[in-house]
Amino acid sequence: MADSVSGLSSVEAIDLTPVEKPRQLFLEVLYDWVTTVDHKKIGLMYIAYSLTFLVIGGIEAIVMRIQLAVPHNTFVSPEVFNRMFTLHGTTMVFFVGMPILFGFGNYLVPLMIGARDMAFPRLNAFSFWISAFGGFLLYYSFIGGSGLYGAGSAPDVGWFAYAPLTAKVFSPGHSTDYWTLSILLSGIGSIGTALNIVVTIICMRCPGMKLNRMPLLSWLYLVTGSMVFIAVSPLTAAQIMLMLDRYVGSHFFDTQAGGSAILWMHFFWIFGHPEVYILVLPAFAFANEIIPVFSRKAIFGYPAMVAASVGIGFISLSVWAHHMFAVGMGAGANVFFVFSTMIISVPTGIKIFNWLATIWGGKIRFASPMLFSVGFLFQFLIAGLTGIMLSVAPFDWQLTGSYFVVAHFHYVLVGAILFMIFAAFYYWYPKATGRMMSERLGKWHFWLMVIGFHMTFDFMHIPGLLGMPRRIYTYEPGRGWEIWNLIVSVGAVIQAIATLIFVYNLVHSYYKGEVAGNDPWDAWTLEWSTASPPPSYNFATTPIVHSRRPLWDIKHPEDPDWNYE
Amino acid sequence: MSTIPITPDPSDEPWILPDRGTIGMACLIIAESAIFVIFVVAYIFYMGQSLSGPTPRQVLELPIFTTICLLSSSFTLHWAVVALRKSKLGAFNAWLATTVVLGAIFLIGTGMEWYHLIYVDGLTIQTNLFGTTFYSLVGLHATHVIVGLLMLIAALIFGLTGHVTEKHAHRMDVLSLYWHFVDAVWVIVFTVVYVLGR
Ligand code: HEM
Ligand SMILES: [Cu+2]
Repeated sequence: MADSVSGLSSVEAIDLTPVEKPRQLFLEVLYDWVTTVDHKKIGLMYIAYSLTFLVIGGIEAIVMRIQLAVPHNTFVSPEVFNRMFTLHGTTMVFFVGMPILFGFGNYLVPLMIGARDMAFPRLNAFSFWISAFGGFLLYYSFIGGSGLYGAGSAPDVGWFAYAPLTAKVFSPGHSTDYWTLSILLSGIGSIGTALNIVVTIICMRCPGMKLNRMPLLSWLYLVTGSMVFIAVSPLTAAQIMLMLDRYVGSHFFDTQAGGSAILWMHFFWIFGHPEVYILVLPAFAFANEIIPVFSRKAIFGYPAMVAASVGIGFISLSVWAHHMFAVGMGAGANVFFVFSTMIISVPTGIKIFNWLATIWGGKIRFASPMLFSVGFLFQFLIAGLTGIMLSVAPFDWQLTGSYFVVAHFHYVLVGAILFMIFAAFYYWYPKATGRMMSERLGKWHFWLMVIGFHMTFDFMHIPGLLGMPRRIYTYEPGRGWEIWNLIVSVGAVIQAIATLIFVYNLVHSYYKGEVAGNDPWDAWTLEWSTASPPPSYNFATTPIVHSRRPLWDIKHPEDPDWNYE
Repeated sequence: MSTIPITPDPSDEPWILPDRGTIGMACLIIAESAIFVIFVVAYIFYMGQSLSGPTPRQVLELPIFTTICLLSSSFTLHWAVVALRKSKLGAFNAWLATTVVLGAIFLIGTGMEWYHLIYVDGLTIQTNLFGTTFYSLVGLHATHVIVGLLMLIAALIFGLTGHVTEKHAHRMDVLSLYWHFVDAVWVIVFTVVYVLGR
């Protein structure tokens, strides 16, 4: 009888008895995956693809850190070092950060809003393949040029590819072309996926899922998706201009013909700054789902969380030139960007306080997802503080281009975003595979990661303050930088080991992990109401929701949430 | 767990969601607008910055006729959809064909303008910053016109072969959103390039 009221309770109607399926041939499996339009498979492909690049980008980071561990090192040549940091930055931002977040979005959004698939499944597959092709294209640049050890003719212009370094005269050959093309293609893929996610959230919610009842994760993906069209499109436009400059001899960024290098900086950072938020908002989204479940409390201040997210989305579009304080924009512009940057700490602060309030007085379970979330909270706070320091223009003049900046943004990228990505893996892995990840390995992963992270990036601030510039391939002894660089490099190796433990855990638990069941964490959102892994149609009957925590209502019919909202 | 009946919450209303075609097109238009904004900004930024001639004042002429054609094609397309809604298939095809012709006239106009600029005035994308920004901005718009025209022609072929009924009016709505957007962009390009830029 309950079934007629809440479609959810028919969860049990799905037949979960294992059926012996005939074994598929490898080619059949491959064909299935390559031609799939199922949002879950595409999500998993995104995730697999970005994990591959995480390992590649990590190797590049280690190469850089070996080179910088001691002064006067000759592990790699200056040319290779340039290629390493270019590939590392580009890979981590475009082929790890974005795809992994889109992967989770693809997988989770339809499940959490009670839909059967994305709004445009075929566009979804197209976007994935074009992004993936973009990623591989960057590495095709290895083929040719000066051979593999010299990293071929890989791009060496830095991940922001400042003009006029990218002009034909300064980067002959095709390395920069590979870079532009790969960014252009993956950008088109990102726009496609973002569009799909936004339309899915707006148009595919199950009955009863009003906007103010959506899980916060969907809210954040809605904001992220919209930011992608507004921020990644300018990057696409700028790449088109750069390609025109390189191929048909136009003069957008050609200073010899009156073109402007500053214009490229603006265009790049109009994308580049919001991009940081495009990466961090999904991390917030994971925190919003994980922290309440592991504190056994509903999220504190749902409306404030939504407002803060939308606020961050808007404000982040107006702060890009804090990356350009040192180019001489003039006092007026600097003041504007100093203040707009500082304003962004208001909604961010609201979020941090709401998370703390959610944890406060809760029954906390320190399983791996929660451990990583707590790490995230602390590290994100510190990253925010160095960010505010850098938003003061005179301070920035001293430290821009130094290791201090590198430490700051890695605090966000690794300390906050990567930590939340790990948390999300531990949290949703049972849903996607039907098995739990090993908690023991998870703890090892977490503690090694924390130790390695703080060794690397806490100490990286110091040589920065002592004047060590970023992007130098080696340095003189006797400036007080040696010891810090050594510690930083050791920390990087520890992080690498932690990551390998994680990857091992992923593979190992797939075969040996404990069987998870539908709802291992006793959670409240819709994805936990269906089987693990979910069947291809997600839900046997379309769910109907009446509150923000539909599974809570089913588990506690005597005290449903809608009495409080 | 679900044996206790659930009292539905009283505030439930009928469940209607926006249409995904329309929302999808709206999102696409936002993304495309962002691309156009960057090109327009570049155009304005480099206005009068060319180190050598020719300047816009020397070579550009106001494309009044083709502009009128393009803008009126938005109306003809609108009438086509209205006719389709009322199941007047003949009128639909006629209005749609007019739209295609008007769009094509606009494109031919652009082609002739470019031919003149390149072979008579010697302005190419390489000549100076004006050439760079002019061809890329106007070219970007023309590309959108071409894409729109291809889709309209496809619709026209389906219409003429009798595959279109009033059930498809909604799809034509989505398509016409795109076409109206292309027209609106032209208003901006026209103002910036031909009015302010001269
Ligand atoms: C986990 C260990 C990591 C280590 C040890 C590491 C190390 C480094 C190093 C040494 C540099 C070059 C700094 C310089 O010489 O200027 C760098 C740059 C960079 N990294 Fe990482 N990184 C790590 C992870 C990540 C992740 C996860 C991301 C993004 C999601 C990321 C994004 C970047 C970016 C955007 C740059 C700037 C590249 C440039 O200066 O051109 N890194 N990293
Ligand atoms: Cu920024």
